[in-house]
Amino acid sequence: MIDVKNLSKSFENQLVLDNICEHISPGEKVVIIGPSGSGKSTFLRCLNLLETPTAGTITFEGAVITDPKVKIDQVRQQMGMVFQHFNLFPNMTIRKNITLAPVRTGLMRQEEADGLALSLLKRVDLVDKAEAYPSQLSGGQKQRIAIVRALAMKPKVMLFDEPTSALDPEMVGEVLDVMRELAQEGMTMVVVTHEMGFAREVGSRVLFMDGGHILEQNTPQEFFDHPQHPRTQLFLSKVL
Amino acid sequence: MEAFRADFAKKFTMAFLTGDRWKLYLKGMATTLELTACALIIGVVLGVLVAVVRSAHDQQRPGRRNPVLGVVNFVCKIYTTVIRGTPMLVQLLIWGMVIFKSTRNRFFVGMLGLGINSGAYVAEIVRGGLMSVDAGQSEAGRSLGLDYIDTMRYIVIPQAFKNILPSLGNEFIVLFKDTSLVSSIGAAEILYYAEAIGGKTYEFMFPLYGTALMYLIFCIVLTWLQGKLERRLRQSDRR
Ligand SMILES: Nc1ncnc2c1ncn2[C@@H]1O[C@H](COP(=O)(O)OP(=O)(O)OP(=O)(O)O)[C@@H](O)[C@H]1O
Ligand SMILES: [Mg+2]
Repeated sequence: MIDVKNLSKSFENQLVLDNICEHISPGEKVVIIGPSGSGKSTFLRCLNLLETPTAGTITFEGAVITDPKVKIDQVRQQMGMVFQHFNLFPNMTIRKNITLAPVRTGLMRQEEADGLALSLLKRVDLVDKAEAYPSQLSGGQKQRIAIVRALAMKPKVMLFDEPTSALDPEMVGEVLDVMRELAQEGMTMVVVTHEMGFAREVGSRVLFMDGGHILEQNTPQEFFDHPQHPRTQLFLSKVL
Repeated sequence: MEAFRADFAKKFTMAFLTGDRWKLYLKGMATTLELTACALIIGVVLGVLVAVVRSAHDQQRPGRRNPVLGVVNFVCKIYTTVIRGTPMLVQLLIWGMVIFKSTRNRFFVGMLGLGINSGAYVAEIVRGGLMSVDAGQSEAGRSLGLDYIDTMRYIVIPQAFKNILPSLGNEFIVLFKDTSLVSSIGAAEILYYAEAIGGKTYEFMFPLYGTALMYLIFCIVLTWLQGKLERRLRQSDRR
């Protein structure tokens, strides 16, 4: 589904991603962990070209999306992204937050989108907030809305960048529940997270990044129980 | 004392009452307001265009720079630099005495000069407003597959607008006062009439005080309205 070849990214003179090759298959739940500054966010943001790779190619569903001729907006419509700080649009109601993109990109008409928004809101148990504004919501509610906003585009893959890091501890669970459900439905997911419990339980594969490299990857079971690389062992000993 | 009072009354009559001269001040003030409104519209349209071009240029993905946008951006940069780097009076004189020296419609020339001047300042205000919107907002829009234009139109500009309303209000008041400069190129706004009346009666004090007072009243009203609007906006922020 997503194929990354020799991906490098540098900011100014700092090399943040160093020649990464990776393949993500449909239905996989790839969890990315690693110390701060290791390039996890940058890697994720390269996948939907929020960052432009310095070198290398990314192929999505057979199309080389790093090719400058590719219509990037059409590619992004098929890739949902959830941010650490939610990034809901404060100037719109929740319903409008969800329906704006499907309607403006021509995916569906407003009535259709309204119906979809309603069913998505039901799913995260926030129907009563449809006409509220983001500032009236708690962090956990905001993030659940951000997830269904991305889902409204009917994406083929969902990218999560530390979706629970900005939340109060008591709200982490409700967001992870939504993600867990999404995983069970078979969504392809790439998740950067510090929630090791979630990684172990939901992930089909865990990648460990450090210094712009994917140092080690394995099934969650093997990864957490028998980490191979000394850096991985050190990192896990600190966070577990 | 008696003599002073008589003198005062005479000058006052001359300045405002003889031949219904007070109507001229009102007519002049109407022109001033019209000038302000027209120049503001030109200024806002120009300013928003320039600001959008400049931020679109700055946000291009590296390696995919659009050469046309580069040229337009360069022109915009020259425009704001020249306009902000030269006095308004000099600009107006250039419009009125050089570029449009034989144009009879002085209102039009003044409006153009003011609008083009204001556009450069509005552009900087709007650009600041666009930059004040968190980058995560446009990233969220783009990640949903919205294009640059839609992201600006529905997400960034509405939020930027709220942030810049106070500065835009200030610009409006500055512009209102600066319209007085177009009297120098013969546009018949309030100061133009005041000077004409003063020249005719050899008595400038009352016409100028009267003019100043009218400006002051309008400025106080505008400032009050601006404060009211801002309080409104702040309330809607808390919803
Ligand atoms: N826009 C940018 N400009 C310059 N440097 C950047 C930019 N974005 C990221 N970096 C740098 O790239 C490196 C990797 O950043 P990245 O955000 O990918 O790390 P991360 O693994 O997501 O860390 P964290 O766990 O703190 O989110 C860091 O050193 C960071 O300072
Ligand atoms: Mg990060």
